[in-house]
Amino acid sequence: MKRFAPYLVLLLLLAACFSLATVLQERSASWSKRGASDNVLNVLLGDGRRLFANHFFVQADISFHSGYYPSIFDQASRPKDTSHMTAKEGEPAEEEHEKQMNFLGPPRDWIERFGRHFIITEHTHLEGHKESEILPWLKLAAELDPQKIETYTVAAYWLRDLGKIKEAERFLREGLLNNPDSYDILFDLGRLYYESNHDAARARKIWDLALRRWSEQEAANKKPDLLKLDDIAVNLSHLEQTEGNLARAVQLLELAKKASPHPDVLQQQIAELKQKLATRAPAAAPKAP
Amino acid sequence: MNTVSALAGVVIKELYRRKDFYVLFFLTAVITLVMGSVSFFHDAKIVRYVKEIALLLIWVSALVIAIGTTARQIPAERESRTIFPLLAKPVTRWQVILGKFAGCWLACGLALIVFYLFFGVVSGSREHHWPLLNFCQALWLQWVMLGVVVAFVLLGSVVFAAPSSNATISFIVVLGILVLGRYLNQVALQQPEPLCAVIYGLYFLIPHLEWFDVRDLIIYDQHLVGWVDCGLATLYAVLYMAVFLVGAWLVFRRKPLNL
Repeated sequence: MKRFAPYLVLLLLLAACFSLATVLQERSASWSKRGASDNVLNVLLGDGRRLFANHFFVQADISFHSGYYPSIFDQASRPKDTSHMTAKEGEPAEEEHEKQMNFLGPPRDWIERFGRHFIITEHTHLEGHKESEILPWLKLAAELDPQKIETYTVAAYWLRDLGKIKEAERFLREGLLNNPDSYDILFDLGRLYYESNHDAARARKIWDLALRRWSEQEAANKKPDLLKLDDIAVNLSHLEQTEGNLARAVQLLELAKKASPHPDVLQQQIAELKQKLATRAPAAAPKAP
Repeated sequence: MNTVSALAGVVIKELYRRKDFYVLFFLTAVITLVMGSVSFFHDAKIVRYVKEIALLLIWVSALVIAIGTTARQIPAERESRTIFPLLAKPVTRWQVILGKFAGCWLACGLALIVFYLFFGVVSGSREHHWPLLNFCQALWLQWVMLGVVVAFVLLGSVVFAAPSSNATISFIVVLGILVLGRYLNQVALQQPEPLCAVIYGLYFLIPHLEWFDVRDLIIYDQHLVGWVDCGLATLYAVLYMAVFLVGAWLVFRRKPLNL
């Protein structure tokens, strides 16, 4: 019996540990402020994960350029925003980006000249369904920093472009869950419903909500993006036009005019819509009681 | 020559007897396969992130093997006093340096072949094409680069007192060159004289190991490096290997072997 005594003590201790763990496990959740939904990366990296998230977002951009990308020593040439990641050839954002990415210049010495034989020296963008190669980095960036809005909008843009509408919707919904006040994500979600799913009723609700969120942020002095207000209002106005609600379409264009860099173009559209409304009004007049 | 190859053979045997290579290969394989098994947005064609991670791990592992194996060669012989019977064979000190270098460099080459075979299988199974020439060129350039690293660490092992300090300093220097070497001229031009001349001098003095890092060409399915450029880069690396080996011999030939 004496021979087995240490083993029995060990078993007893193990049983005690197990019993205690079952009691403490439930209570321990309330000891920490950290929610049960926190994933491993959050627990391991804390707030430092945002730094890595930014790294992965840049990695997505590098992948989009097939490795041709300015280093930290070419800071002036580094893309300042993400518009080029969702711009097609010929668009103004793309032309501006083309100038920005001409960062290599002539080689300064023979070492640099020779070294260029071993690196990528041509500015290209992924094409032919290869764009999906940027998605893993964006997914990782979103995991690490769920509050970075661009991650969701850029990924959703390319998912839609690749015909993965369901995945785009799911990712935008995930972004919305993490950023319920984001008018950017709501705007993209509305576009997805309107352009990809052809669901005007749902798109209208989402864009209305996006407008509300934008106004709330303006009321709270958070300086929301004026150009996004222009985007939301113009797109919603087009939806209302196709649905026959011309009066609302005019209202929305008036709103967009305040934020647009080209108010004269919008003014012309408003004038055309008002003319249509005026021709429609006499026809509708006899029906009025 | 026989003496050098016999010494090299001992170093290669040491590589497969020690656990370093197996642990690093296992870690590389596990991390690559786990990352490769993750499905992003139900798209099975996405492959570049796997290639990027795998090649990064291969580079890190190869550097760890090269620096770790080389840094302990001569200090271990001195510590266990086996250097005395070795030099009494008779083996000259130049042959010891050359044998240790050849052994470490060949061991790195063998490890690289295994790593690249694994990389080829993983990448080919996802992409369904094997750009063998690109893989061979990347392997060759990396191996040549490791030759410079091995020669540099060998010089460090006769200069510094302990293998740990040698390995740490070598890691910092090699990583520094790989990360910053390409941009030193840009940094120099932004500095006032005489700092500009000092940094520019350093830029011309250091071995430009970053040339040999052609991972991006593999990851992004780019063109092959010209064979003439490949040959010139090899010649450049061989010259640096010779410089470090002669330096190591010059220090080692007058060094007292007693600890």
